[in-house]
Amino acid sequence: MANGFRSKSRIERRSRMVGRLLLIAMSAVFLMPILWMVTTSLKDSSQVMAYPPIWFPWPPKWANYSTAVNAIPFLLYLKNTVTVCIFTIIGTLLSSTLVAYSLAKIPWRGRNALLILILSTMMLPFPVTMIPLFVTFGRLGWINTFKPLIVPSFLGNAFYIFLLRQFFMTIPTELSDAARIDGASELGIFRRIVLPLSRPVLAVIALFQFLGSWNDFLGPLIYLHSNDKYTLAIGLQMYRTTNYVEWELLMAASTLVVLPILVLFFFTQRTFIEGIAITGIKG
Amino acid sequence: MGRTRQERRTTLMGLAFAAPWLIGFVLFVAYPVLASLYYSFTEFTGLDVTAFVGFDNYVQMVTRDELFHKSLYNTLYYLSLAVPLGLVVALCLAMLLNLNLKEVSLYRTCVYIPNIVPAFASSFIWLWMLNPEYGLVNLILEQFGIWGPGWVSDPRWSKLSIVLMAQWGAGGSAMIFLAALQDVPRSLYEVADLDGASSWTKFRYITLPMISPVILFHIITALFGAFQVFTPAYIMTAGGPANSTLFYVLYLYRNAFNYGKMGYASAMAWLLFLLSLITVLIVMKTSARFVYYQGEER
Repeated sequence: MANGFRSKSRIERRSRMVGRLLLIAMSAVFLMPILWMVTTSLKDSSQVMAYPPIWFPWPPKWANYSTAVNAIPFLLYLKNTVTVCIFTIIGTLLSSTLVAYSLAKIPWRGRNALLILILSTMMLPFPVTMIPLFVTFGRLGWINTFKPLIVPSFLGNAFYIFLLRQFFMTIPTELSDAARIDGASELGIFRRIVLPLSRPVLAVIALFQFLGSWNDFLGPLIYLHSNDKYTLAIGLQMYRTTNYVEWELLMAASTLVVLPILVLFFFTQRTFIEGIAITGIKG
Repeated sequence: MGRTRQERRTTLMGLAFAAPWLIGFVLFVAYPVLASLYYSFTEFTGLDVTAFVGFDNYVQMVTRDELFHKSLYNTLYYLSLAVPLGLVVALCLAMLLNLNLKEVSLYRTCVYIPNIVPAFASSFIWLWMLNPEYGLVNLILEQFGIWGPGWVSDPRWSKLSIVLMAQWGAGGSAMIFLAALQDVPRSLYEVADLDGASSWTKFRYITLPMISPVILFHIITALFGAFQVFTPAYIMTAGGPANSTLFYVLYLYRNAFNYGKMGYASAMAWLLFLLSLITVLIVMKTSARFVYYQGEER
């Protein structure tokens, strides 16, 4: 009996060791492209094509970064991207919270039907609405402005509404009921009770929306046409001419785009994980 | 009487708070959906509807447009590899990341990070990784005496390259699976251990059924995503070489914004919508036998 236990724990220890080795290998595989991006960004153009590959170019060519930033209007594109990010975050937080409050805390008939309608819009592929939206925004004179990217966020986003609704449902109804008896208005309950209790989920949504706007490619591609309006997602393509790519510059610019997200990730890891957990619950 | 007035007040309040989304729904969902359905029966340049053509766009698509057939084939090829592979990779990662190791959160971070890299940036990174001569992948293969293919520049490998590249983002789904794995009650495994069940038996008869709703959810979102694959092909290959990565949405985009055939593109969009809905319905129907919901017996 005792022997059986011991051999079992030995098997367990061995399988844990195998698992650990696999995990180290996987971690290396998943980080390799990022490392390759960073080292390439620090290479001289002759080192880029060297065989065997150089992992630690010495001395690192930091000048690639200033060359990359000056080769295209990088800072302007950064400003454009940040503008879109900030306004979409504001828009999403203002609108999606109101709608989620209606779904979670106001006991009106039809709110469950509305929830189903909201969820079902998430099944709609963007290409279906893309063309009429483009045409409409064109008629409004909004093409080549940030408005098509920003304005819709002020009218709520189905996914965030759902996320918020799930969170609001966990806030005890007694709180809002008591406030209602004390004569508080719905808007007052929303602002003074529900929102202050929801800071973690608001942070999750701000973070997701930031990533969504920072990473968006198809939206800016369709709506932004002149090269002073590009976001980074579109602007990065300017490092490529027809036949030639300056890899060290493209990788330096890519590093500059990816780095803020990685830094943000490290500072907000817990928020991220909470967010994933909330998303996962849905499954 | 008083109660109904109260009820009406509540309803009005509910609608008032929901107003942003209701307005958004009309402007950015309902109207565009109906408009694109209408456009799909017309010849439409983006400025003017020049002719109402009935089902002509659909007929042309199905019977005559070879590029359309190619793009549909490419997308289905991508989908039928990327979705199952993505499921297996994410599930394996999640099982590994669920191991009881001191430093496991470090591995979780490493595996998750690529998932937050923007698709446009990872397209550039992988374009460089897969460069036939100087890319890291072929340089590493060369160390093992393997002469790597041209990857995205070779029509036989280009779609596969994009499938493989998509696995780089598997960490996101792995985290969702991990959360599901951690929700499986320990006691089930303990009981199985007492019965001397093997690891495989435990995986097959406890883990899989318990996380099957999450698997189904993953498959559905992955299918939707795969039907709409666009960015890597747009950036890395521009649909080439030899149209081997001309995916459905890329061809749709070109029809709409490069060729000025917005009516035709709208028809393509609707067909895509129907195709993905049908696929998802089939998956949901066939999955009913495999998916286990804990609440069901009650």
